[in-house]
Amino acid sequence: MTAIDTLRFATAGSVDDGKSTLVGRLLHDSKSVLADQLQAVERVSRSRGQEAPDLALLTDGLRAEREQGITIDVAYRYFATPRRRFILADTPGHVEYTRNMVTGASTADLAVVLVDARNGVVEQTRRHVAVAALLRVPHVVLAVNKMDLVAYEESVFAAIADEFGAYARELGVLEVTAIPVSALAGDNVVEPSRSMDWYGGPTVLEHLESVPVGHRPDEEPTRLPVQYVIRPQTAEYPDYRGYAGQVASGALCVGEPVTVLPSGRTSTVEAIDLLGRAVDCAWAPQSVTVRLRDGIDVSRGDLIVPTAVAPTLTRDVEATVCHLADRPLTAGRRVLLKHTTRTVKAIIEEIPSRLALDDLSQQPAPGELLANDIGRVRVRTAELLALDSYAQSRRTGSFLLIDPADGTTLAAGMADGVG
Amino acid sequence: MTTVAADRPHTDNPYALSHLDTLESEAVHILREVAGEFERPVILFSGGKDSIVMLHLALKAFAPAPIPFSLLHVDTGHNFPEVLEYRDRTVAKYGLRLHVASVQEYIDAGKLRERPDGTRNPLQTVPLTEKIQAERFDAVFGGGRRDEEKARAKERVFSLRDEFSQWDPRRQRPELWNLYNGRHAPGEHVRVFPLSNWTELDVWQYIAREHIELPEIYFAHEREVFARDGMWLAAGDWGGPKDGETVETRLVRYRTVGDMSCTGAVDSGATTLDAVIAEIAASRLTERGATRADDRLSEAAMEDRKREGYF
Repeated sequence: MTAIDTLRFATAGSVDDGKSTLVGRLLHDSKSVLADQLQAVERVSRSRGQEAPDLALLTDGLRAEREQGITIDVAYRYFATPRRRFILADTPGHVEYTRNMVTGASTADLAVVLVDARNGVVEQTRRHVAVAALLRVPHVVLAVNKMDLVAYEESVFAAIADEFGAYARELGVLEVTAIPVSALAGDNVVEPSRSMDWYGGPTVLEHLESVPVGHRPDEEPTRLPVQYVIRPQTAEYPDYRGYAGQVASGALCVGEPVTVLPSGRTSTVEAIDLLGRAVDCAWAPQSVTVRLRDGIDVSRGDLIVPTAVAPTLTRDVEATVCHLADRPLTAGRRVLLKHTTRTVKAIIEEIPSRLALDDLSQQPAPGELLANDIGRVRVRTAELLALDSYAQSRRTGSFLLIDPADGTTLAAGMADGVG
Repeated sequence: MTTVAADRPHTDNPYALSHLDTLESEAVHILREVAGEFERPVILFSGGKDSIVMLHLALKAFAPAPIPFSLLHVDTGHNFPEVLEYRDRTVAKYGLRLHVASVQEYIDAGKLRERPDGTRNPLQTVPLTEKIQAERFDAVFGGGRRDEEKARAKERVFSLRDEFSQWDPRRQRPELWNLYNGRHAPGEHVRVFPLSNWTELDVWQYIAREHIELPEIYFAHEREVFARDGMWLAAGDWGGPKDGETVETRLVRYRTVGDMSCTGAVDSGATTLDAVIAEIAASRLTERGATRADDRLSEAAMEDRKREGYF
């Protein structure tokens, strides 16, 4: 196996759109299912009186999921072809749909949105593409499934692809690839369809294998959140003081003038240790330990940035949030805000609007956000934060809101950025 | 070595990382998050390859300082002697502190009863969870990977357990970006899985790349085994073979290390890391499907054990 790189992708689809079958087909036809897994699926399918193995059983792993024939929670799956390794966040369609898709999409390079060819674009579809757009998933695939049930008609596919494309463009999605498939019959999932000669594009797997991934750290501002201070205080290393962290974006080199936020103290990078090896430069997403030339005070939660491209500090955060918890999010509520390695006290000052997913309008003054709502918030923090905009950086522009009483993760936030 | 060549990304982006470097970086990030946020973390260390890789990552993450965690081994009483020897040697080598939770002590004290099938794997849960409570560990690292099993595929990197160590798959915290929420009440703890995104093949390729030493049972050797439920189990004092089962000497190796009563060996001539990697890459059986009897007990065996507090 000589996979070249890794694609992280997420799937989303409404109930009964056949998402589990699509994922099962993808795993099965790419020969990523091993013999004992397939035997287990065949055994269970037979015991239920089904003639063909139910590929959805490959992914529905929990007792309740198999009993009810539904997918409850995000599952992560791993497979590889000679060209690429894949990490799939398999997100359920209907139970607590938005928060599950937000979870899967937060780390995805690509999202596959499934549509039933008989139903076309429905509210759930709009919700899925809105989430992909908000989370800034770089690539979106529209898989128009169950083409076998609409006689493999090109006109059906074209109409859905047009409607979906127009909606996605309105949301600012840069790239949509539409593929007509039948997950059940295996058309255009891994093997090209023999029933749809009119389609000249890639199969789902071909597209997943060839879509460009990766980013250029030299084109982003450098951000190193400090996770942990390493101080051996041993005879061998009496004065060693290293700042450990994962480079969130950009690249950092020895000799570079840096500023530590929020204190604003400045220094110079003296050495970079890349897990046992001294290096001249390190870049995202490498985990490193950095030593600075001056003995300035640096601790967990601080952000090391190049002095030349430091973010603005603020205590007023404006952001779009997806509310994840069952209890509502209301103005005046005290929360914890976790941004990179820093957790600070905060208060929800205002909830200016809530997004209506059917027409993408902002409904003003909703009063509160309910589970799965996407809305705008203004948050005041007790301490200064060095926030980037989410548009600029998925790592330093994102945050969590946490309930200080019981630790529940309340909301996922995407900051506007300041200044 | 051919296996290491595959680790280099073939791309014109000079900043591209190999998949092993990406996984390593992510795992180190998780280890450091726990060190930064918790009071009393511990690493579950069985002497198996996953926990060995996890320990290796922890050593790298905090160098040149020692790792700020102790180790915890759940000793089933039916462990492979080579693995216990490896465990003790490793603890001594790195100057670590080892806690042991002993299934045998629980059986001897009458607090646990031997199962009719002799399998001790499910019996580990009580000594494990009581040790966690007694030592007040608030973060417990496990080497579990999501590719191992369907229920594990649903596990978060930070998995909150209640005061009974129970896992409720329907009440997991959403986990977004790389922002891990480790908040917990007194008595609760968090299970942490830094190798969540690794596959069996990744683990072996990383072991080869980093020249990590393993217990010898991972490589082909002659061993006295007998057949039960389609697996080769090691003959020994733990209770095998029974009537009608016959011992033979075969050339075998292990894909997983666990309790002798339920961990099967596979026929293999692989005596080197390269040979093992080639064998894994060509295998048509999953790791647990090939070698774990306890997962065959029912369709949801792993899920049920995890709900009770198993790792």
